[in-house]
Amino acid sequence: MIEMIDVWKTYPNGVMALNGIDVHIDKGDFVYVVGPSGAGKSTFIKCMYRQEKPTKGNIIINGKSLTKVKERQIPYLRRQIGVVFQDFKLLPKLSVYENVAFALEVIEESPKVVRRQVMETLELVGLKNKARFLPDELSGGEQQRVSIARSIVNKPAVVIADEPTGNLDPETAWGIMEVFEEISNRGTTVVMATHNKEIVNTIKKRVIAIEGGRIVRDEKRGVYGYEDHTNPISSY
Amino acid sequence: MTRREVSTGMRIIRTQSRHIKEGFKNLGRNGWMSFASVSAVTVTLLLVGVFLVLLLNINAIASQIEDDVEIRVYLDKTVKEDKYAQIEEKLGSIDRVSNVQFVPKDEGLKDLINSLGDEGKVFESLKSENPLPDAFSVKTEKPQDTPVVAEKIEGMKSVTKVEYGKGTVEKLFKVTDAARNIGLILIVGLLFTAMFLIANTIKITIVTRGKEIEIMKLVGATNSFIRGPFFVEGLLLGVLGSLVPIGLLILGYQFVYEAVSMNLKTIFIQLLPVYPLMFQLAGLLVVIGAFIGVWGSLTSVRKFLKV
Repeated sequence: MIEMIDVWKTYPNGVMALNGIDVHIDKGDFVYVVGPSGAGKSTFIKCMYRQEKPTKGNIIINGKSLTKVKERQIPYLRRQIGVVFQDFKLLPKLSVYENVAFALEVIEESPKVVRRQVMETLELVGLKNKARFLPDELSGGEQQRVSIARSIVNKPAVVIADEPTGNLDPETAWGIMEVFEEISNRGTTVVMATHNKEIVNTIKKRVIAIEGGRIVRDEKRGVYGYEDHTNPISSY
Repeated sequence: MTRREVSTGMRIIRTQSRHIKEGFKNLGRNGWMSFASVSAVTVTLLLVGVFLVLLLNINAIASQIEDDVEIRVYLDKTVKEDKYAQIEEKLGSIDRVSNVQFVPKDEGLKDLINSLGDEGKVFESLKSENPLPDAFSVKTEKPQDTPVVAEKIEGMKSVTKVEYGKGTVEKLFKVTDAARNIGLILIVGLLFTAMFLIANTIKITIVTRGKEIEIMKLVGATNSFIRGPFFVEGLLLGVLGSLVPIGLLILGYQFVYEAVSMNLKTIFIQLLPVYPLMFQLAGLLVVIGAFIGVWGSLTSVRKFLKV
């Protein structure tokens, strides 16, 4: 499903973010990506949805090479990848429904498909009755649910999440994890960068640890393995 | 048509109508910034329009004056009338001569008396004994050719005198050429300023929407799809911005035209008639506005389309 072969990334300012990453993620896998700040987690994630282009190496998702694909083809590739961010990235002037529908409209889906899939997805994330609300009228957790709904409404093969619980209080974070587990149970591959020790140690999944731009640990049912205090949840 | 072709057609129609709808919506959503952009277009196009009208009129007046320039060729009184046709042909065959007309001496005197106004009456008494010779009036293809052609004619036999307002004509051409060039430079400069001013204003409205574009890119919208609404929006900004200048110019020019033709009738200067000039100008301003709007909008969006 996801294949990274000897991936290197050096930024123009000389920072070497990734130094030879080899990884294989199967269809339906649930993977945590952990590591200290500045270890290369974000670059790892960004390379996966082609926000950054590796300086060297190859990334293959669903049989298509992200590094060899032509610039014009990137949009079509991205349609197979859902992305969730720490800061939600919702459009404040659009309602919950419109925010989710947006993802389908801009890839020119028919109105019939849009209506059906948006309502289905909102039901999945538990926001069916808040479809008409604006993002500002929702709690942080609810906003993240909208963002998740937007990432999966197109039924992508992979969902990539960059610190999706980073801005949320512990209780809300657990709720969000339930949504991700549900998505994973339906057969979607989930890759999640996180600092949340408690979650990683409780909901046991595969853990890939990155340090200094290399994979230093890759365990099937792993643990967080770091003591860091940047995350409020870990101190609870 | 197959079902697939029908559904592709439907999709294209749906997409285009979405672009148009979104373009209009964005205009409203970013109300103040849209207003600023439209105002920028309005102000600059008004200036462009005013200068354009001025330039066109200067050009027209200059042409009118230049067209009045002619070479008067006076014939030797000894030349027999049966030779006139031959001379006329000879004059017509000179390079860059466009028109030759015979001016009998009686008509020449009438012209002279008319051109001198009241003082010309002194010459009325000469009518019975006209001292003027018969003459030809020669026009050149371009008024600027006059001095050269005049020089050639001066060398001809049976010609006593060649007149074309030597010195004055050269000065006149200098003035009209300068007026044209300065006007042209002003217009071009103004257009460039307008383009960058408007592009910048639109850029500001788009920068505030970077997030929207970012999300569109993330969920897999193609670049051409993202550009769609911005194209429509730029077009609308430009066209809306050209409406007020067009209205003001038509009203203003009509007023000026009437005032000038009322008060300056005696001078042989005429402004260009209000129509079709104003139709042409309106069309031009709409096109310039639309072009600048679309150009500004698309160049501003381009920088967000990377990645």
